[in-house]
Amino acid sequence: MEEFSAEFLARAHYWMRMARALDDRVQLLHKQSKIAGGCFSQLGHEAISVGAALTLTAGDVAAPMHRDLGAYLVRGITPKRMMAQYFGRAAGVTGGRDGNTHGCGDLSLGLFGFVSMLPASLPVTVGAAHAFKLRGEPHVALTFFGDGSSSEGLTHETLNWAAVFQVPAIFICENNQYAYSTPTAHQMRITDIADRAAGYGMPGVVVDGNDFFAVYTTVRAAVERARQGKGPSLIECKTMRMRGHAIHDNMAYVPKELITKWQQKDPIIRFEARLREYQMLDDQRLSDLLAQIEHEIDEAVAYAESCPYPDPATLTDRVYAEL
Amino acid sequence: MTHEQRELTYLEAIRETLRDELRRDPNVLLIGQDIGVYGGAFKATQGLIEEFGEGRVIDTPMAELCMVGAAVGMAFMGLRPVVEMQFADFISTGFDSIVNYAATNYYRWGAAVPIVIRAPNGCGLRGGPFHSQSPEAWFVHTPGLKVVAPATPADARGLLLSAIRDPNPVIFFENKYLYRSLRGPVCTGDADLVPIGQAAVVRAGEELSIVTYSAMVHEALAAAEQLAEEGHSVEVLDLRSLKPLDTAAIVATVQKTGKVLIVHEAQITGGVGGEIAALIGQHAFEYLDGPITRLAAPDTPVPYSPPLEDAYRPDTSKILVAARTLLAY
Repeated sequence: MEEFSAEFLARAHYWMRMARALDDRVQLLHKQSKIAGGCFSQLGHEAISVGAALTLTAGDVAAPMHRDLGAYLVRGITPKRMMAQYFGRAAGVTGGRDGNTHGCGDLSLGLFGFVSMLPASLPVTVGAAHAFKLRGEPHVALTFFGDGSSSEGLTHETLNWAAVFQVPAIFICENNQYAYSTPTAHQMRITDIADRAAGYGMPGVVVDGNDFFAVYTTVRAAVERARQGKGPSLIECKTMRMRGHAIHDNMAYVPKELITKWQQKDPIIRFEARLREYQMLDDQRLSDLLAQIEHEIDEAVAYAESCPYPDPATLTDRVYAEL
Repeated sequence: MTHEQRELTYLEAIRETLRDELRRDPNVLLIGQDIGVYGGAFKATQGLIEEFGEGRVIDTPMAELCMVGAAVGMAFMGLRPVVEMQFADFISTGFDSIVNYAATNYYRWGAAVPIVIRAPNGCGLRGGPFHSQSPEAWFVHTPGLKVVAPATPADARGLLLSAIRDPNPVIFFENKYLYRSLRGPVCTGDADLVPIGQAAVVRAGEELSIVTYSAMVHEALAAAEQLAEEGHSVEVLDLRSLKPLDTAAIVATVQKTGKVLIVHEAQITGGVGGEIAALIGQHAFEYLDGPITRLAAPDTPVPYSPPLEDAYRPDTSKILVAARTLLAY
C-alpha cells in the first residue's frame, strides 16, 4: 500500500465529509421548501468526485455533473457560494440563472458547468484537452458521465474523437447502477462499460468507486499518462446511487437488499477505517471534524439566506457577451 | 488605410476571409469534415491546410455533436474555432451542442462562447431533401445565438469578419447557390466589415418594400428591375442578419412605402418571415396600405426533381406575381 501524507489524507477526508454533509443539508432544506426545483443527491459518490478531483492541479480543467458535488468543492467553489447557488441567489455560481449543481462553471477555477442533456460536457472537455494539445501545454481535462449517458451517441462521438486526436482527456464513468429508474441491464448487454474503451483504442479500467484509494490512484495514473502525451483513458467507477434520481423519487424500483449491500460499502466509512488503522482518526477527532463541517454549513446557509435574489430587472441581462 | 478591391465569387470571398482571419489571429482555427487536404466539400477551405497546417485546419471524424461541443471547449481555452457544417442540413446532428450548451452558457455561468458555425444552405442545385435546406428559423428562435445570412461576396466577408470576432456563438448561413454563380467587389482589410444586426437597403423605391435575405435578395432585385420597366418603384431591404433583426430598418422601409412583401426560401410556417410580419404589424400598422404578404417555400421537404424543386423555390417570377398583386391592392 502506497504511503500518503497525513495532510493529503486529512484533506481527502474533509472534502468527502463536506460533500456528504452539504448534500444532506441541501436535502433537508429542500424538504423545508427553502430550496426550490430539482434536487439531486450525491450520496455514495464521494470517493469518485473527491478522489478524481484531487488528482488535478492548477491549469487543468474538469467538467463534473450532478453527482459530483465533491469535485466542485475540491476545485474551489466554496460552501457559501454553493449554498447561495442552491438558494437561487444572485451570489450563487450562476447568479440564479441555473439551479443546484447545474451550470456550476467557473473558468478561473478550471470548472465547466454542465447542462441536463448528459453527456453534453464530454465534448466540451475534449475540446479543452484538444486546445492543451495544440498549444503543447502540460494540462489535462477530466470529465464525468454516468451509466445512463453511456447509451447516448455523443459518448461514442466523444471517446472516438479523444482517441483519434490523442488528447489529454480522462473520462470517469460513474456507474451507479441506475439511470433514473432504468437498471444497467436495460441499458447494455455488457457488464463493464470500460470494455468499450478497447473499441476506441484507449485504456479502459474498472475500479471500485467506493474505494477512495483505488479511484485516486487509478485516475492519477491516467492523468499522468495524459500529461505525458499518451492520450485519453476511460475509468469506470462502480458504485451505487444511494438515493433516488432526484428528491421526488423514492426509488421503490430498487431492491432493498441492493441498498443494504451497498451501505456496507460506504466509501467514507471505508476511508475512515483506513485512517483509524493509521492511527489518524478516533471517535473524538471524527466528531470534532463533523462539528466543524456542520458549523461551516450553518454559516453557508446563513450566508445564502442573507443574500438577495437576483433582481427581476436583470432577467434579460447577459444573454449575449459584449464585444 | 487604403484597401484593394477585387472581383471575387461569394465562395472566394469566404475563403479569402478565412485565410485573412487565420493570419490575423493565431487563436483562430477551422474545424470540419474534409476541410483539410480535400479543401472542403465546396472547396471553401482549399489551400488553407497548406498554409496553416493541420493544427489550425482540423479534419474531424463525422461527429457534428462532438464537433460543436469541442469547439465550445476550445473557446473556453481562448481559441476562436470556426466550425464547418458540410451542409446546413447536417446541423441538426449537432443541434443539442448548439442550442443547449453553446447558446445558454454565457447566460448561465458567464463564460462566453466565441465560435462560428458556417452552414452552407439553400436550394436550387438539385440537392434533394438533405442537401438543400435553410434551417435558420430554429436558431433565430434560440436565445444566445446570433444568426447571419449574407447575400453578396462583400457581405459574406464583412459578416464573417464580424462573426469570427464576436464573443458569442454565431451561425453563419452561406448560400451555396451563390458560391460560384455570384461575383462582386470585395475589399481587402476591414473595409467591408458589417456589424451584425444591420440591414441594408440594396435598392431604393417608393411603392413597395421587399424584405428578404440571402439568395432571395438577387431574385428580389431582378423582380424590382422588371417592375421598374413596368413603371413601379420597388425597394429591396437585405436583412443580412436574422438575429438580431434590424427592426428599425424594417419599420423604416414599411413606413416609406406602405406595402411589404417578405421573401425567404425556407418553408413558410414558423419561418423568419412570420416574425418580421409581426414586427411590422406592431410597429408600422398605421403605415400599411396593403396586407403584409409572405412569399416562401411551401411546407414540404425540399424535393429533388427539377420541375418539383423549381415549383418549390421562390424566384423572380413568383416574386413578380406576388408583387403585382400587392402593388394593385
